[in-house]
Amino acid sequence: MKQRRHDRRTVAGIAMMATAAIALSACSGSTTPPAESGGSGTELEGRGPIQYVSSPDASGAAQQSIDEWNEANPDEQVEWVELPLDADQQRQQMVQNAQVKGETYSVLNLDVVWTSEFAANRWITELPEDAFPLDEHIPATVEAASYRDVLYGAPYYTDGALLYSRSDLLTAAGVAEAPQTWDEMQAACDAVLALPEAEGMSCYAGQFDKNEGLTVNFSEAVGSAGGSLFDDEGKPTVDTPEALTALNFLVDGFESGMIPKNAITFQEEQGRQAFQDGNLVFLRNWPYVYASFSATDGTSGVEGKFGVSAIPGESGPGVSTIGGRNLAISAFAENKATALDFITFFTSEEQEEKRLELSSRAPVFSSFFTDEAATEKLPYLPTLLESLENAQPRPRVVAYGETTAAIQDEIYAALTGEKSPEDALADLQDALTEITSD
Amino acid sequence: MTSSLSVDAPRTGTPRPKGKGEGSMATALLSPTFIVLALVIAYPLLSAVYQSMFSSQSGLDADGFVVEGETFVGIANYLDIFTGSDSPRFYNALWNTSFFTFVSVSLETVIGVAFAVMMNRAFKGRAFLRAAILVPWAIPTAVSGLLWRWIFQSNGIANELLNQEILWTAEGMSAQIAVITAEVWKTAPFIGLLVLAGMQIIPEEVYEAAKLDGASGWRQFWSITLPLVRPALLVAVLFRLLDSLRMFDLPFVLIGPRKSSVETLSILAWDESNQLNYGAASAFSIILVIYVAIIAFVFIKLLGANVAGDSEEKSVRRMRTARRKAAR
Repeated sequence: MKQRRHDRRTVAGIAMMATAAIALSACSGSTTPPAESGGSGTELEGRGPIQYVSSPDASGAAQQSIDEWNEANPDEQVEWVELPLDADQQRQQMVQNAQVKGETYSVLNLDVVWTSEFAANRWITELPEDAFPLDEHIPATVEAASYRDVLYGAPYYTDGALLYSRSDLLTAAGVAEAPQTWDEMQAACDAVLALPEAEGMSCYAGQFDKNEGLTVNFSEAVGSAGGSLFDDEGKPTVDTPEALTALNFLVDGFESGMIPKNAITFQEEQGRQAFQDGNLVFLRNWPYVYASFSATDGTSGVEGKFGVSAIPGESGPGVSTIGGRNLAISAFAENKATALDFITFFTSEEQEEKRLELSSRAPVFSSFFTDEAATEKLPYLPTLLESLENAQPRPRVVAYGETTAAIQDEIYAALTGEKSPEDALADLQDALTEITSD
Repeated sequence: MTSSLSVDAPRTGTPRPKGKGEGSMATALLSPTFIVLALVIAYPLLSAVYQSMFSSQSGLDADGFVVEGETFVGIANYLDIFTGSDSPRFYNALWNTSFFTFVSVSLETVIGVAFAVMMNRAFKGRAFLRAAILVPWAIPTAVSGLLWRWIFQSNGIANELLNQEILWTAEGMSAQIAVITAEVWKTAPFIGLLVLAGMQIIPEEVYEAAKLDGASGWRQFWSITLPLVRPALLVAVLFRLLDSLRMFDLPFVLIGPRKSSVETLSILAWDESNQLNYGAASAFSIILVIYVAIIAFVFIKLLGANVAGDSEEKSVRRMRTARRKAAR
């Protein structure tokens, strides 16, 4: 107890310790980058033990692959450095390691949206394209692992948007097919909500809390309306009519009650819960919720009563964003040759197939999506493939953190009625122009 | 254990006059402590001040690689914070920090003192109650943030009980109420415990005298308990003030980052460092440290919280005054 008193007295100093760590790492990060330009042609050399730095994998599938590697390569052991579950914290630890040029991190498990930032800062090494069977991958996953057409990561698993719908209610209301456009979805809802058994339900929800999910949902809406957040040269294009149509779809949805009011607090899990409890006709979510919906242990209220389809768009099927993970080699790692071999092994078709036994993460090889054994286990795979074939990556900008924050700020303000959609988009255009200008 | 919590515990023995050699001996014995303090407190602090005078400028070269340079900008980071285009965000965070601190510490003090009074009574199951009251305080803040997030979900138990559809975790006053509720729930026991320790050293005879003089229970509380427990209470409140000014995890986990109605200064500093703007992040942290220091200084000066330990005569004097008052 006495100790605590002392601690509190020096509270100001303790408050500063975190800052100190930041300041320290920033100092060493400020040295000039290596003179070589492009980093191309650098040989991946060195063999020996390496570290695999990744988020936890509760399914045990990744551990199984690593164990298999370690058994076959006693001199080049892989040690798994487990990072926190929270993606922000993973990124922060990897960035800090890169800034002190730490040698301990060899293979990094990167979210697809970090690729540009890590590549542009030279924190990860270019990968030889011939080491991977890239033409067997879904093209969008390879694109998401590249920066300026150079491959920096090996696609590990992928993710795309699915529209979950209450097939039982759609059938009861006489709607034969899942909606392909926003208007069709509205019409389907009108029919379903007129049913007595649909009392108290709402039409549609996605992820609208101020969080990465909002960036995903907004960029999907823009893509589905025929626009994009950035043009091919990386200039922001959110002051376009397409972006306005997209934002109006969401804003009007909240106003008309098509999207329930509480959806403004929805991240992935809250939406899953609402759909599972039978409160929603349609839900945009990732494939991972499929398992919860089809649970037969009584926790799911929609088991056997739901279907999946590609997300709807303005005048045709919508455009999904792409999620998922890539494996990359830290630029400061030792034993890069081992790291490359390990990545090749880990992301091979054979290992992906073995992991499918345990994990529900979608593989990156297109062949699995039509493979009978795989689709039996994960019935949404064909739909996901359809969704991914249309998919667009989220903004591929170096300052992704600032970009997604700016999008969330403005879109959230429009959804909560604080700003008009026009003002929000104009402000967003200004903000993104400033972020990408330097 | 509990008695050491009280800053007012009467000490035994009188200070001895210092000998000549004792000073240098003391220096030698204390120097390891000072070195450690310099390393873990002074160096980081100075380093942060230094860092806050730099700004990282980054651009992309023709191949799309980041060209980074740190330029010395003097106090530009600070000027930016106070008058720049983002300054409304800073003032909003400053207001939120102060608002949360003032409201939650006030509520905690009242509830904490009430807890202490309850726990100080002799009754069956007292030990159990004391342990139970401490549970919220023992739970890590991030975990309690998650717990309250479930409670405050749109279909959560809070809305169920109130029979309302309040969107607690969206922006606005409701989000602030949610944060304050969780904060008070979590930390009122802390004040309760410290005040309880202070109460237990109040001699029983003071109350007996008061009873003989016919003082009511309420009167006893105002004229004996409160004045005598004041030093412990002030220290508890001071700790809470300092703690609460640095509030980060509760609004962050419960409501989420970048929500202006609950954004605090610590969250702003985190946000900047997350965007790799270490200069601005350090500047925010330094401002926070100075703000915390000012509040602590004013609090100590105004209310006379004796953090460094009370002198014996003072507490005895206070006890006598209290006794006299109660007898009146």
